[in-house]
Amino acid sequence: MDQILGNIDLLIQFPIVNLKIIIDGVMIGALFALAAYGLALVWGVMNVKNLAQGDFVIAGGYVAWWMTQKGIHPLLGVPAAFIIMWGIGWIIYKLVISRVIERDLFTSLLATFGLAIMMAQILNLMFGSDTQSIDLGYETLHFADGLIDIPISKLIGVCMALSLAAGVIIFMKRSRMGQAIRATAQDARAARVLGIDTEKVYAFTFSLNSAICGAAGAIIVMAWVIQPFYGITYSIRAFVIVTAAGLGNLPGVIAAGLGIGAAEQYGSHIFGIGYQQAIAVLLLLLVLVVRLLIQRRKRQVLQ
Amino acid sequence: MTRLMPVIHIVLLALVIAAPFLLPDYRSSLSALWILIIVALTWDLTGGQMGYNSLGNIFFYGTGMYVAAVITIGMAYNVGEYTDAAGGGIFAFTPTQYFMGFGFGLIGAGLFCAACAFIIGSVTFSLRGPYFAIGTLGVAIAAGELVSNWEWVGGGQGISMPNYPGEQERLFTYFSFATVGVVLYIFLRWLYTTRFAAAMNAIRDDEEKAEAMGIHTLRYKLVAWAIAAFFVGIVGAIEAFQALHFEPLETAYQTINLGIFMVVCVLLGGKGTLWGPIIGAIMFHVFKEITWNYFLGWQWVALGALIVVTVVYFQDGLMGWLMSKKPEWFGIRVESRDTPTAEAAE
Amino acid sequence: MKKWSAIFAPALVALATTAPSSAYAAECEEIVLGSAISLTGKYATNGVHAKNGYEFAIKKIKENGGIKVDGKCYNFNVIYYDDESKGDRGATLAERLISQDKVQYMLGPYSSGLTKAIAPVTERYKIPMVEAEGASRSLFNKGYKYLFAVLSTSEQYLASAVTLAEEMAKKDGKEAGDIKVAIAVENDPFSLDIRAGVLEDAERVGMKVVIDEKLPRDLSDMSAILTKVKLLKPDLLVVSGHSKGAATAVRQIKEQNIKVPMIALTHCEAADVTGNFGDAADGILCSTQWAETLSYWDPVFGTAANYEQEFKSAYPEYKEKKVPYQTAQASAAVMVFMSAFERAGTLDKDAVREAISATDMTTFYGRIKFSEAGNNIAKPMVLRQIQNGEYNVVAPSAFASHGLDWPRK
Repeated sequence: MDQILGNIDLLIQFPIVNLKIIIDGVMIGALFALAAYGLALVWGVMNVKNLAQGDFVIAGGYVAWWMTQKGIHPLLGVPAAFIIMWGIGWIIYKLVISRVIERDLFTSLLATFGLAIMMAQILNLMFGSDTQSIDLGYETLHFADGLIDIPISKLIGVCMALSLAAGVIIFMKRSRMGQAIRATAQDARAARVLGIDTEKVYAFTFSLNSAICGAAGAIIVMAWVIQPFYGITYSIRAFVIVTAAGLGNLPGVIAAGLGIGAAEQYGSHIFGIGYQQAIAVLLLLLVLVVRLLIQRRKRQVLQ
Repeated sequence: MTRLMPVIHIVLLALVIAAPFLLPDYRSSLSALWILIIVALTWDLTGGQMGYNSLGNIFFYGTGMYVAAVITIGMAYNVGEYTDAAGGGIFAFTPTQYFMGFGFGLIGAGLFCAACAFIIGSVTFSLRGPYFAIGTLGVAIAAGELVSNWEWVGGGQGISMPNYPGEQERLFTYFSFATVGVVLYIFLRWLYTTRFAAAMNAIRDDEEKAEAMGIHTLRYKLVAWAIAAFFVGIVGAIEAFQALHFEPLETAYQTINLGIFMVVCVLLGGKGTLWGPIIGAIMFHVFKEITWNYFLGWQWVALGALIVVTVVYFQDGLMGWLMSKKPEWFGIRVESRDTPTAEAAE
Repeated sequence: MKKWSAIFAPALVALATTAPSSAYAAECEEIVLGSAISLTGKYATNGVHAKNGYEFAIKKIKENGGIKVDGKCYNFNVIYYDDESKGDRGATLAERLISQDKVQYMLGPYSSGLTKAIAPVTERYKIPMVEAEGASRSLFNKGYKYLFAVLSTSEQYLASAVTLAEEMAKKDGKEAGDIKVAIAVENDPFSLDIRAGVLEDAERVGMKVVIDEKLPRDLSDMSAILTKVKLLKPDLLVVSGHSKGAATAVRQIKEQNIKVPMIALTHCEAADVTGNFGDAADGILCSTQWAETLSYWDPVFGTAANYEQEFKSAYPEYKEKKVPYQTAQASAAVMVFMSAFERAGTLDKDAVREAISATDMTTFYGRIKFSEAGNNIAKPMVLRQIQNGEYNVVAPSAFASHGLDWPRK
């Protein structure tokens, strides 16, 4: 208890720390938002709840890391991870996901959970269980007496995340495929009647999700660290964000992503870093309860 | 078939009693099998019979372990002192203290978990489908994280249990598990013939209609989950005594291990049947033992593949498959082979 | 069952290690040891270090002509299972090793947590276990009779760092009461015991603990703690969290430009902080159970330096880094078994247990003599400082080869 009060006291004594916490939170939150956006896409379009979301992220990170080991410039790892994870996503779609789309909701949850276990362990066997990261060798910017520090690598990562998100938004709005995806999300049957090849749309959507996650992972490995078993951390965050923001609500997803990043940093500053995972999960429960209460007022349930 | 049932049950009971003597080297493995059977059966109570797929039943397992530990230790010593990080010498337990702790620990764990099910359920049962699964999963993960930061019960150090005061510890735990398992089986066999089960099935098939027909659905859901929680809590408590030392994240609230295994067992065997979870648990246990022994390092890949294949290609499980092949075994009357089968009629 | 283990154990070993040499050991019989070790999960890095240590020692003993028990010659063979860094898995596997594979002697797992889970099992079956990787004191207050640890207990890891911090601060004109300590340890038995040790020492001296936080299992970011370090300016920062903790700490200390006069870590070598982070690791204090520069000697491995050299040529993946002490102590555990078998002159389990308990030997790893509780009381911990990329011993003074660089830049 004393410690919690002491930590709050620090926030009041050094107001600049608040800024630092928010910046840290927003930076990691941008990556959470990316993974969450992919989840919202897959969830909304084909009603698949992908529990392996975080493992796609980590797999993308390892693709980038492996390419750097082979002497390719780290920044090229991001597009490379995007492309390779696109392919892996497509294979997984054909083998597994395409067969669970029409099934009940719990099926996709469990099937992707099995996938998550497999992917984490395969990564562990291939790359070992050490934490890995890519050192870009860039400087760190210091502000406010060194209290705020922003490594340039993180800055680059966040910019790449933002431009990727922007690219996806424009793609969804403008392109034929984007329109087909949105049409399928609204009503798959009607879309089929109107001549949209929904099977193709599903395959594309899932591959796109996998690719987005892969790119997010490639950014994470440059600015943070990855480890084969970290996937679940990102999966939980993605679920929290999508549950909070709802499907098909991209600005909502981004806002929720940044917000959860910041909330988590605040939580781990005040209660201690040991509570980080607990805070994320409790936020999920909180979001569920709040949405429940709203629904209850309309005499409905959350489903 | 029905006339054979008493004979089959007597043979099975004899097998249950004889197993630890026939396979003395596999007593702990048999105990582990009982854990799987019990958690799978109780998962099916809400998941298979009522359509509420919980991913958080492991919460009751972990809570049961801790409740039993706190009761046993608390009756003899100060729990905070006992779990103190550096520890202070040996804490001895007399046989009376041990067995008192065992008895009260089991009952306490069961009741406490049932109460938890009522409290948590009154919120989570307003969630449907995947939200219920995610919500309950969240409860289990959060509980593990919070307990791991709670120093009074040992935090990340975990907690040590007293040693069994005697020689035949393995037999003692085996028969404790077996007793709970047999009682659960008899109870469920009876329960599934009552109106209560009919109401549960109605909730699974169409909750809105069930409610419209005057079934107080929330009450049924809570009672069903509390029954499951009661048994899972007791199993956790026995496991606490068997494990001798356990810690929160990987042993007690082992969400992505046992927490998911129980679901896989049910799916393997067949949802919504009495024997499905039992057969599924046996199949899963054998698979797990083989892969863990002979595929060093690859066991999780094999396990993930098993889950994916089961869920994607074989979701009705063994019982579901049998039921469609040999419906007469299950007392389902098929009018005539020539008329369109039930499947086509749908 | 015997037959099965005879068939499968070599197969498992062959699967898991680089081909064991068996050419000139044909006439020797086999003593089977068992071990559940972390090949996957959070402790996998160090689990593999320990396993390599076991295997290397077994190979060396074989090359040296095996173990002579009552005129007959034997070699060790270990049945491994993967405990996935999970306690309940470890306990189950220990049970399986003992009751199904009929193993009579056990080598320890990696980490205090796993040892804590397995020790009650070996105790129940009265199977002697010599472990090399469980240092928490809570292992040695349970009255275990069959548990022996070749390493020093964890409260000693950073005790000399606290003493050094006190000395230096006093030299700087500070009172003990003004010395501020920041502690960040992983939430697991080993690191919590490190924390308990530091807290005890700090309290005895009268230092003030300003940060006392626990790191989560999936640690990837400790900037929240380091920000507090910046604000509260402690004189000593202690971080312990196995390899992952050490790597994250060094990376972020550099990134956030943390200036603390003294930083002490555990598991520097296992995380290879000098190889991974270069100058960023300079000035950091690392506690170690063993250093290759120490002057210990034994007939199997020769000197500590010799051990390192030969180990590196047997396991080329360690070429570029330090051989971690986790590996050395694993080899030492095998040495204890060897010596105990030879002294007992029989394969009888109880006689061997007595012989282990009476061990008093010098190895390349240091002197080994067990207390009543089973921990090794004859070997000191060493504190090294990374100076220009080199690990130099700075404490205790009896072993110190270099002076301490203070304050850290």
